[in-house]
Amino acid sequence: MANPGRYGIERVAYWLMRITGLGLLAYFIGHVYETSSIMDGKEAWNSMLQLTQTTEGHIFLTLVIGMCVFHTANGIRVMLGHGGIGVGKPARPDYPYVPASQNKMHKLCIYASIGLAALAMMYGLSILFGE
Amino acid sequence: MSEATQIADEQSSSESISSSKTITLRIAKFNPEHDSESQFADFKVPYERWTTVLDAILDVKKHLDHSVAVRYSCRQASCGSCGMKINGRPRLACFTKISELDSDVVTVEPMNNFPIVRDLVVNFERLFSTHKKMQPFIIRDDSEVTPGTKEFLQTPEQHEEYIQFANCIKCGLCNSVCPTMATDSSFMGPQALTQAYRYVADNRDKGKDKRLKIIDDSHGIWRCHFAGSCSQVCPKGVDPAMGIQLLRGYLLGFRK
Amino acid sequence: MRESIVMKVHYGTALGSVVLVAVHILFRLTMDFNESLQYENVVANYQFIPYAILLELVLILLSVHGFNGLRVILLELKQGRSYEKAVTYGCIAAMAILIAYGSRTILMTSMGMT
Repeated sequence: MANPGRYGIERVAYWLMRITGLGLLAYFIGHVYETSSIMDGKEAWNSMLQLTQTTEGHIFLTLVIGMCVFHTANGIRVMLGHGGIGVGKPARPDYPYVPASQNKMHKLCIYASIGLAALAMMYGLSILFGE
Repeated sequence: MSEATQIADEQSSSESISSSKTITLRIAKFNPEHDSESQFADFKVPYERWTTVLDAILDVKKHLDHSVAVRYSCRQASCGSCGMKINGRPRLACFTKISELDSDVVTVEPMNNFPIVRDLVVNFERLFSTHKKMQPFIIRDDSEVTPGTKEFLQTPEQHEEYIQFANCIKCGLCNSVCPTMATDSSFMGPQALTQAYRYVADNRDKGKDKRLKIIDDSHGIWRCHFAGSCSQVCPKGVDPAMGIQLLRGYLLGFRK
Repeated sequence: MRESIVMKVHYGTALGSVVLVAVHILFRLTMDFNESLQYENVVANYQFIPYAILLELVLILLSVHGFNGLRVILLELKQGRSYEKAVTYGCIAAMAILIAYGSRTILMTSMGMT
């Protein structure tokens, strides 16, 4: 039976990083394509806006904001970890062998990334739907 | 009353220190010679407070189904032979008590990411060959036994830098749980990469550049994404995730 | 190219993108959001040369970072000499095409050739 929490929040962050990365890449390709309609004049640009500045478009953009903020914040945490920062110091292990690299700081950063993403989504919703 | 009788009386009159209960042990059975897929076989096994999963499997082997294939040796978490998936998580069977699993059904399966030999026994060839690729020995031109040389000195602080990673018993639990190894058959794996760090961090070793070249590969250290599951399951506190990130620090220029 | 160089580029483009994308988004907040998306305002943004350079940099950095990430994910899914070559060159090609397409938009709009 699949249990996403079996190996801790770090494993969840690994999967979220991949999913948000692919999602952002797909959005980026679409964004480059949709903004190229500026070259076809005002009519083309406005018809593109009519397609994207809708309720569904705003909800989609809110999700993109969330993905972007999580990927950025967690990415910074991962980059620092990759450099050996915040992973603890080697020491003679003692039972019950709690791994120093799976420490509170990294867990906090992952939860903070998720929290920041949620806050950013709420701010995005206020901007997009607030007028 | 003699002393021996007195002790015997005390022991028999004391409260019972164990109560025998039973659990259902589900063992994954697979014989590649005539099975197309794995099947589970259920066995009712009695256990005490101190019974380990390995004890339960051997109990099944002794009384119920002698064909169960299981690899084990030391029974004290030193040899790394009895690694298997227990209730979905890779653990050492000799180091896992039935009582700590807190479940009426204990499911034992072979470790993930290893080819299955039979039932609970997996093939370790790839783990050993990748480990060998890391040149897991002290590399230097001189030696302690050459006439005229002395022992290579090491302070307690220098010893502390790598001793944790030397605790590896090659049980393979880390490789089993690694999300990259699940799909990347060319990835070196947390066990080998950690052993590379064990030698790089050892001040007696002079083969740092050689090892960094080996791991700087498209299926080497860069395919580790710090998911940390390897450290979560390591039974000896090696913390492979820490070793790998510290090793990566050398390639990124954070450490010299 | 050694994988360590590729990954250093991956980390570098990540950090660069964070800063530049933040500026790009903030540009949309310099006025009311809907007003900032009006045709004339968007064209004016493109014709402001520093902003056009920013857009070009964002395009290059994000394309490199995104497609390298995709390459890594695809390489971990399946292995084999020809598959790995196809994935690597395919990602490089996709990166180049996206950069070329986006650069065309930025260049022509900033030069007023809409």
